[in-house]
Amino acid sequence: MVEVNLWSGLRAFADGKDCVEVDAKNVGEVLSALVEQYPGLEHVIEAGVSVAVDGKVIASGLTEPVKPDSEVYLMQQLKGG
Amino acid sequence: MAFDDTKTEDFKVVGQRVKRPDGVDKVTGKAKFGADAVAPGMLFAAIVRSPHAHARIVKIDTSKAEALSGVKGIVTRADFATGLTGGDLDVLENVMAGEKALYDGHAVAAVAATSQLIARDAAKLVEVEYEVLPHVTDVDKAMAADAPVIREGAADQSVPEGMHANVVRYHESGHGDIEAGFAEADLVVEDSFKTEATHQGYIEPHACLAQLGGDNKGELWCCTQGHWNVQKLCAAMLGLETSQLRVTASEIGGGFGGKTAVFIEPVALALSRKTSRPVKLVMSRSEVFRATGPTASTSMDIKIGMKKDGTITAGQGTFRLQGGAFPGAPMEFTAMCAFAPYNLQNVKQVGYDVMANRPKQAAYRAPGSPMAAFAVESVIDELCKKLGLDPIEVRLKNASKQGTKASFGPTWDRIGLVETLEAAQSHPHYSAPLKEGQGRGISCGFWFNHGGETSVTLALSEDGTAQLSVGTPDIGGSRASMAQMAAEELGIPYENIRTTIADTATLGYNEVSHGSRVTYASGLATIKAARAAVKILCARAAAKWGIDEDAVVWENGCAKPSGPNAGEFDPLPIDKLTRSMGRTGGPIVGHFEATPEGAGVSFATHIVDAEVDKETGQTKVVRYTVVQDAGKAINPAYVEGQFQGGAAQGIGWALNEEYIYGEDGRLQNSVFLDYRIPVASDLPMIDTVIVEVPNPGHPYGVRGVGETSICPPLAAIANAVSNAAGVRLKELPMSPPRILAALEDQANNG
Repeated sequence: MVEVNLWSGLRAFADGKDCVEVDAKNVGEVLSALVEQYPGLEHVIEAGVSVAVDGKVIASGLTEPVKPDSEVYLMQQLKGG
Repeated sequence: MAFDDTKTEDFKVVGQRVKRPDGVDKVTGKAKFGADAVAPGMLFAAIVRSPHAHARIVKIDTSKAEALSGVKGIVTRADFATGLTGGDLDVLENVMAGEKALYDGHAVAAVAATSQLIARDAAKLVEVEYEVLPHVTDVDKAMAADAPVIREGAADQSVPEGMHANVVRYHESGHGDIEAGFAEADLVVEDSFKTEATHQGYIEPHACLAQLGGDNKGELWCCTQGHWNVQKLCAAMLGLETSQLRVTASEIGGGFGGKTAVFIEPVALALSRKTSRPVKLVMSRSEVFRATGPTASTSMDIKIGMKKDGTITAGQGTFRLQGGAFPGAPMEFTAMCAFAPYNLQNVKQVGYDVMANRPKQAAYRAPGSPMAAFAVESVIDELCKKLGLDPIEVRLKNASKQGTKASFGPTWDRIGLVETLEAAQSHPHYSAPLKEGQGRGISCGFWFNHGGETSVTLALSEDGTAQLSVGTPDIGGSRASMAQMAAEELGIPYENIRTTIADTATLGYNEVSHGSRVTYASGLATIKAARAAVKILCARAAAKWGIDEDAVVWENGCAKPSGPNAGEFDPLPIDKLTRSMGRTGGPIVGHFEATPEGAGVSFATHIVDAEVDKETGQTKVVRYTVVQDAGKAINPAYVEGQFQGGAAQGIGWALNEEYIYGEDGRLQNSVFLDYRIPVASDLPMIDTVIVEVPNPGHPYGVRGVGETSICPPLAAIANAVSNAAGVRLKELPMSPPRILAALEDQANNG
């Protein structure tokens, strides 16, 4: 299982939690598992998110690996000017 | 992306100040920009724009315009695709109004004619009947209970119940116990700040030439930061198959984020399809101001607690951003960047995305971050003054570093904030004496940087030179830096590489030139493509020598046996291998396609000296130093140029630039005479210091530099001006009337 930290504005869609556990081996599985466990998060993930894995911000890659002891943060989708 | 073949030293071409290959063409007028494109039988277009900030479109009568000799076609919203949703619908709604005009300058129709003059005259003959509606342009007023609703149902699920319908997105993040943090502090400072919308001020207005047939196959030439994005959006707006529209990017006269969107391109394509003629559409400066994408305006509340020794115990920020009549103001970046430079145990940031009757905001260098720095760094400066602490020492004491936790959550990898602060502290500027009436300010700034989808091809020519095709428009000298990286890998002179910005039919998808990603992502792809070509060269040499491919190495532009055991052969230079490539296996081409995810973040520290005339309120920036982490400067001259450009734009944003709306909701200053951007005589020489803390996610350690340079200026200048004037300036721009008002307020109220 992997601990996924949510930004606090998402607590309303995750039963009041800002840290949840999912069974996943990569970023894509993390996002799918989040939607499965907390359907309220679907609109957020569909709109686009980035995922920070062990300090590295993954802007879009779903195949980036995630380990059970990885530090994982869901983040707003990064863009720029 | 991990690199087992990272190179950090012994560079031969990388790090040199080579001249950009497009420089001569640009200064002699030979370079072809968006408005330079022509085609036989070309028509000229003009757009009919709303004079109202908010109005229902009751009726559009085009009969008089159509009757004008030379008019070949008119389009309205009815000529675009239907059934779009989400972001695509918002883009179309902005490109061409549907039921309502949502801001002054919103496009409602467009005309194509045989001359520009006829097109403009015909546009005036298009009769639009409006039902004028109440409007709002200020962010705080747009959130108030009595504000007119701009678009019903635009809010997403993140918005808490009870908010006004103009609040369309909400963000909240942070960690720790914010109240306990404030209780630990010896001093808590709380204040509110506002910034006005500014424009990127690129010198080249938007321009394009479109050709689209009834068979829905088309060509588009335009000035853009990302032509694959233009292709995708235009295909959606016009109901085309994406691959049937080929888009070529012209040279670009500045973008800074403002050319990451489409405004006129779908309109020109629709007119072309309707008239069966090529259509050219060029914006005027006034149209650029009224109807492209300025940055968001903001209203912010900041509260920070500090101990007497300078330790920050808690930080809290509320950020309200107005991004025009559509969702998308970058409040989440404002929130996430606000406290990023500091290692805080207790931090909370809240953001609101608010709609108002203004043009849809677009990105502008590190969207959202400069405003956050202005507010947070102003309060830190105030705390330092009140506690008698050195502002750099305080920032060093609290600085984010590898292993500390970012204000938005993750643990930092290797970052270079401390190095920029130490470099600033030891710079002669920081200890130089100030004259009477002058003040000094410093600020830190942060931006994430970005990777993104990237595709590059490197083809070797028979003479041993190379053609490099990249898909990211060159907005800051990237052709030079790409060629430097290719030359470094191939071991050939920089001049032997020609870099071309390829069209959408030539390469795989390339994300926009944004997010400071080009030198990082296209650079990484260039290195990988060159290494792929080198692998083929080594294989050809191995075949010629009859040895194993692994027994060949590439050094200084030659294939060589890897050691004595590999055999004794004279080195084979690149041109000997390429001259025979047609007979030894065919053309030698390296390519690389990926979405690099290792863009390293970047920090900067700026030092500013400013002088304030207390009688007139006029401010002059007298000395400016930029210190920024570039990871590895591929071409130091262009890195310094990015540093200086960010500072120059920041000076304009801080002191003079602003969108001014009248009571009628119309933009009052839509030309450069009234919208005051800094010119050379307004600026001091901007000194630069390049810090190089390598990014582990790039083979040479590159970090993007284009955006971070605009993060600290607003705050650093505000701190300098406040120290010079003797009063805290809380609203941007710090124009003479605002400075005089602040001085008067201080005199009256203490």
